[in-house]
Amino acid sequence: MRTILYLIRKEFIQIFRNKFIGKAIFAVPIVQMLILVPAVTFEIRNVRLCIIDRDMTPESRGLISRLEGSSFFKVNYSTPSEEEANNLLLKGKCDLVLQFPSGFGKEIITGKPGRLLASINAINASSAQLTWAYLNGVIRDYNMDLIRENININTVSSPPIISVTNRYWYNEMLNYKYYMLPGILVILVTAIGFILAGLNMVREKEVGTIEQINVTPVRRYHFIIAKMVPFLLIGLVDLAIGMIMGKLAFNIPFEGSIALLFLSATLFLIAVLGLALFISTFSSTQQQYMFLGFFCMIIFILMSGVFTPLESMPDWAQKIDVINPVAYLMRINRMVMLKGSTIHDISHDLYSLVVIAIVFTSLAVNRYRKTA
Amino acid sequence: MQKVIESFGVGKKFGATQALNDISFEVNESEIFGFIGPDGAGKTTLFRIIATLLLPNEGEMKVLGLDATTGFKELRSNIGYMPGRFSLYQDLSVEENLNFYATVFGTTVQENYDLISDIYSHIEPFKKRLAGKLSGGMKQKLALSCALIHKPRLLVLDEPTTGVDAVSRSEFWSMLAKLRKYNITIIVSTPYMDEAMKCDRVALIQNGRILSIDTPQKIREGFSKRLYRIRAQDKYKLIIALRKYPNTNTAYPFGDSIHVTFIDNAPGDSLPGFLESEGIPGVTIEESGAGIEDRFLELMEKTA
Repeated sequence: MRTILYLIRKEFIQIFRNKFIGKAIFAVPIVQMLILVPAVTFEIRNVRLCIIDRDMTPESRGLISRLEGSSFFKVNYSTPSEEEANNLLLKGKCDLVLQFPSGFGKEIITGKPGRLLASINAINASSAQLTWAYLNGVIRDYNMDLIRENININTVSSPPIISVTNRYWYNEMLNYKYYMLPGILVILVTAIGFILAGLNMVREKEVGTIEQINVTPVRRYHFIIAKMVPFLLIGLVDLAIGMIMGKLAFNIPFEGSIALLFLSATLFLIAVLGLALFISTFSSTQQQYMFLGFFCMIIFILMSGVFTPLESMPDWAQKIDVINPVAYLMRINRMVMLKGSTIHDISHDLYSLVVIAIVFTSLAVNRYRKTA
Repeated sequence: MQKVIESFGVGKKFGATQALNDISFEVNESEIFGFIGPDGAGKTTLFRIIATLLLPNEGEMKVLGLDATTGFKELRSNIGYMPGRFSLYQDLSVEENLNFYATVFGTTVQENYDLISDIYSHIEPFKKRLAGKLSGGMKQKLALSCALIHKPRLLVLDEPTTGVDAVSRSEFWSMLAKLRKYNITIIVSTPYMDEAMKCDRVALIQNGRILSIDTPQKIREGFSKRLYRIRAQDKYKLIIALRKYPNTNTAYPFGDSIHVTFIDNAPGDSLPGFLESEGIPGVTIEESGAGIEDRFLELMEKTA
């Protein structure tokens, strides 16, 4: 026990004596929160619109002013020429061309369906879909109002309307930051676990200090534990800093138990550190480690559901995610922070993390050889 | 007397390279046993096998009565190993390194201070300094202190004096001599022939094979020919001329002179005249005792 404590103490002395790492450990979570949370967002604002109004009736102008009034659209151009509009789209000066054919207003008044042509820049498919959805929303609203106004004119009995009122649970305002912030926290903790510990281990090999350790009676698991504990603690401290930043800068709601979140993060970090140290046994230089470690880390993060829902991945990919610790913490973090899930709700994820942590750590201890 | 190391036909292969071949030797208790050989001879490989860091492919290595492959757990508490490359933590201070290794071996600096005091006192004034900031000689003393801190019965020193200045080198050897009174057996490798004379016994090693094992004195005496030291102004011209001389057996440059042996064991009367005709005036020829290096070169010549 005394040996482990001394080994851990040595790691801490080395970490904080390193001028760069010692400071970066505290700076990284702050910078990451401040930059990534606002930057990584799917919300679309200021879709630039080009209008071709061949109709020039109160009906077409009514819709245009509706679009102008929404926060999503900005009418940047208005032209009678289809060619010019297409050029603007081609040059990327506008995202959406909306064309009103002549007779649009007349058709509406006579009760026929009015026709519109929308051309959307779909290089980014998801933003095109969102633009389309927003546009539809505005047109639907406008349509509703028209129907209401025309009820009297046409003296048709009021059409039956099913009105759906929806409420978004756990994130009522659909604030994208609330969704991303727990995910960014997980990425932060993953990076700490993956990069620092593994590199530290390989450095001992590169510098040769491991040679001197290997001739001592230090047990393999002592050495592995001593490499894990400091980075586990640093990971938890960074998580705490990240959460404080989330509260201060973005006022993120925190519904669940903080203790539960830290328990999950601890299990997660043991799993990730175990994997990192396992990879380090294959690498003899820091370069090799970075290559291998980064590869694993990127795959795990992209497959964790941070940006895309896990359910939309193909079946085989979802099966791979069974061993992906990042996917578990991603789910746990969002559930605990936004939904206030309790230990019973996430017990399955926690058990899985325990199993992954035991497997990866055992692999690391097993693969670490003191004798060649 | 108990044997500290018994090696029976040890061999080690790295891929297709035979790094060690049929290495057999014994080291007695409290002996300073030297391995002398050029770079790439296999010294480090052999030492790593003794230090339980490497497993041999063939043969048996018994250290302190235990098999190095199976008894490594017990052995590691009783061996002090100093690798050829400085392997302490450069970002820890002198004091922190020493405390660290003491703790890792389950002891304290105070407990064995008398053993290292002689060595450590040289660097104690700099105990707050980071190990990476020490000079070569001080690094070496710190490494030795750390290797000794758990009072090992066997000290394995892999080229401890390589890259260290002459004064520190001789200081280092006198420290090793003093360790004898603590009953510590030392095996040490070095590429420097002059250090071989300070060992009790030496093994000459080349291309993974041991050429000869004996006391330095005996090894020198094993030199089979009479040796002459020949000096002239232009050393380069001299050695070329000597190698042309029909009676010359071997001619090697040594410092400011050429060590020469002759086929009929004497230079012969015609040598001064021959050198004169080659355009080398003012030649001095004197007979001299063979050094360990002469013997080593002779053995190399024979095995080549």
